[in-house]
Amino acid sequence: MCLAIPGKIVEMSPDHFDSALVEVVGVRRRIDLGLLSENPPKLGDWVLIHVGFAMSKISEEEALDQIRTLTMLGEQQAAMEEVCGYASDDLPDQVENARKGT
Amino acid sequence: MQKAAPAKLRFKDPQIEMAHGAGGKASRRLVEGLFAPLLFDGSTEPLGDAGCVNLDGTSLSLTTDSFVVKPLRFPGGSIGELAVNGTVNDLAVSGARAEALAVAFILEAGLPSDILEAEVRAMAKAACTAGVRIVSGDTKVVEHGHADHMYITTTGIGRRIPDVNLSPLSVQPGDKILLSGPIGDHGITILLARGELDMEADIASDTRSVLPLVEALIRTVAPGLRWMRDPTRGGVATTLNELARDCRLGVQLFEQTIPVRDAVRGACELLGLDPLHIANEGQFLAIVAPGSADEALEVLRATPGGEGAAIIGEICPQPAGAVLVTTLYGGSRIVDMLVGDPLPRIC
Amino acid sequence: MRFVDEFRDPGIITRTAEEIRRLAGATRHYRFMEVCGGHTHAIYRFGLKDLLPDNIELVHGPGCPVCVLPMGRIDDGLSMSLQPDTIFTAFGDMMRVPGANGTPLEYKARGADVRIVYSPTDALKLARQNPSKHVMFFAIGFETTAPSTALTLMRAKAEGLRNFSVFCNHVTIIPAMRAILDSPDMRIDAFIGPGHVSTVIGCRPYEWIARDQRKPIVCSGFEPLDILQSIVMLLRQMNEGRSVVENQYKRVVPWEGNRAALRAMSEVFQLRPYFEWRGLGFISQSALRIRDSFAEWDAERRFQVPGIRVTDPKAAQCGEVLKGVLKPAQCKLFGRECTPEHPVGALMVSSEGSCAAYHNYQFLKSSMVPEIHAAV
Repeated sequence: MCLAIPGKIVEMSPDHFDSALVEVVGVRRRIDLGLLSENPPKLGDWVLIHVGFAMSKISEEEALDQIRTLTMLGEQQAAMEEVCGYASDDLPDQVENARKGT
Repeated sequence: MQKAAPAKLRFKDPQIEMAHGAGGKASRRLVEGLFAPLLFDGSTEPLGDAGCVNLDGTSLSLTTDSFVVKPLRFPGGSIGELAVNGTVNDLAVSGARAEALAVAFILEAGLPSDILEAEVRAMAKAACTAGVRIVSGDTKVVEHGHADHMYITTTGIGRRIPDVNLSPLSVQPGDKILLSGPIGDHGITILLARGELDMEADIASDTRSVLPLVEALIRTVAPGLRWMRDPTRGGVATTLNELARDCRLGVQLFEQTIPVRDAVRGACELLGLDPLHIANEGQFLAIVAPGSADEALEVLRATPGGEGAAIIGEICPQPAGAVLVTTLYGGSRIVDMLVGDPLPRIC
Repeated sequence: MRFVDEFRDPGIITRTAEEIRRLAGATRHYRFMEVCGGHTHAIYRFGLKDLLPDNIELVHGPGCPVCVLPMGRIDDGLSMSLQPDTIFTAFGDMMRVPGANGTPLEYKARGADVRIVYSPTDALKLARQNPSKHVMFFAIGFETTAPSTALTLMRAKAEGLRNFSVFCNHVTIIPAMRAILDSPDMRIDAFIGPGHVSTVIGCRPYEWIARDQRKPIVCSGFEPLDILQSIVMLLRQMNEGRSVVENQYKRVVPWEGNRAALRAMSEVFQLRPYFEWRGLGFISQSALRIRDSFAEWDAERRFQVPGIRVTDPKAAQCGEVLKGVLKPAQCKLFGRECTPEHPVGALMVSSEGSCAAYHNYQFLKSSMVPEIHAAV
């Protein structure tokens, strides 16, 4: 149900619109693009592969955004701790409320 | 500290399944539960890759191995090379230098002669490279359909290298685990070469003689060398589980230190396999005293073919009898032996 | 590996785990169910439980399509393999699942032509290459996998390939989740929601869980950071008294799902009135069958199947474990009669079954005190 891996489209088939060669760190396999007919991927796109079919296009933007959010999580935490070290007791709440507000 | 004795294995399976040949739990049950008590002198010593024979004061190692592989030829090698290197390696990791091999062929009627010749040439070449003579052989032919083209059995004899004492019972907490190079190459190559998965990759079998690396290790750190084995079928996980069981200590591996080629990793992720369970034909594991570990690693990396060597873990008191893999961020999981061959999964 | 390694970054994982500890506090006890077997497997594989505080409990859900398949269906499929000139194909996951008379691998050992395929299209290819044989594909999986089977059937029909059929055992996730939530023993606070199923069905189908049952649900990816971030999101919802559907796996899951996939499914499949789920009993409208327009490729119609219901041994408590009522180790057969080597229930065979995952990855850990401190 769940094993799906990101792969990069390295070759498109001129006669078969529904198939492409995908590569996962040097392993290559032909996959079926039939499930992405509404928004077909192009050469160089990254897709999620499950049982030999492309399930979804991978959004680089969302991926970067997610990592950024997670990285900030740690930084906010570190910043909060630093602030807590200096100031009064209710400053952490103010920082927390400010964070929730964004 | 009381070490828990491993449970005695009994063989009660009603029939032989493919799993019994896969090198995992089922294989172990067959060997320890049926063969060992009836064939091996009733010895309670942990079973090694090679048996020790004393002839007029000379200590010899004797081993045998059968080679069954489909397809016969694959990127990086063929059944002939496996047959030579596999037995040379079994002797090497038992601390012996292979002197001579005997070869037995079981050939399927209808096997094209040019295929047979190619394998025989491959064996001759591998033997020459490994520095071992083939001194005797036997041939049987079976009806079409009763062998996958050919099965090869090689039996090897070699002189034990002096001052090398290898035993799982000499392994102690704190000892380091060395691996000679990247894992998973052979098993993944075979899986892809079968063609059923319709995948291809730039991966080749790692089949080779590990004797030069073993000799380099012995020359430098023999007193600190406790135990060696080549992780063939069943992979590093199976070999280290056997060690953990035999020495009744725990094996702790550090995931980020385990060398795996990118393409092997990619194939494993795609197929839901763990590189630790995949067969290797040109690597070996060595347990080394902590004081000698860095020197051992250095000498391996300086020897041709050992550039990818790494220290991948250490022996701990716990979890006794098991192998634990830890990640950099503090997560851990037990890695057990598989029942049979690793199977691709989609879930 | 791109889009994988970034989500396994040890530094970010450690900081996210700290945030989880901070959010979870010390007093409240949280019970989160991960629905998907793939999440169960990932949690064990990455050792994520080691990173969570003691007051967060992860409960394994029924999202393992192999685990919920009744033994009788396996026997039905295997009976087809005994027909002359028939090639039985299935994913690797199925190969060691026991029917009443053995596993597919055991049937193979006895002479049946049983082969592993990575994709249903590989089974179709086998049919093209073996015109004198019949290739039967044993289809399993939730909505992640069903569209691929559907497309494969459409291709078979378009080609007029007559020596191919599918034994359809696809099931749907929402009825299973409903069965969990309707269970009187249910004490789940929130859900780590399906990831890859959601690439097909989207996030809307879960709205009733948040709205009517007031349980937060976050559709999650499968890398360590995905699962940890989902836990952060669930904790925040709970601490703030909210219950909504959130999409953590945005890089891959579209809120509206995959229309082409859903269309393919509805063209080829229809819902069965009811279907038996191992451990959960009969659930209505929970499984797919092949439509009449594709009858010729429906293995259930081309082969005579015994259709015998095989009940699990009474002592096996697969149902309670599937619903999260019991932990694997609490089943009386766990680790004794039922092990990965001799599985009694499918939860012990499938690598994402909670019993197998627990046995393989955790069991030995819990019976001793490991002295491990990973340096970060």
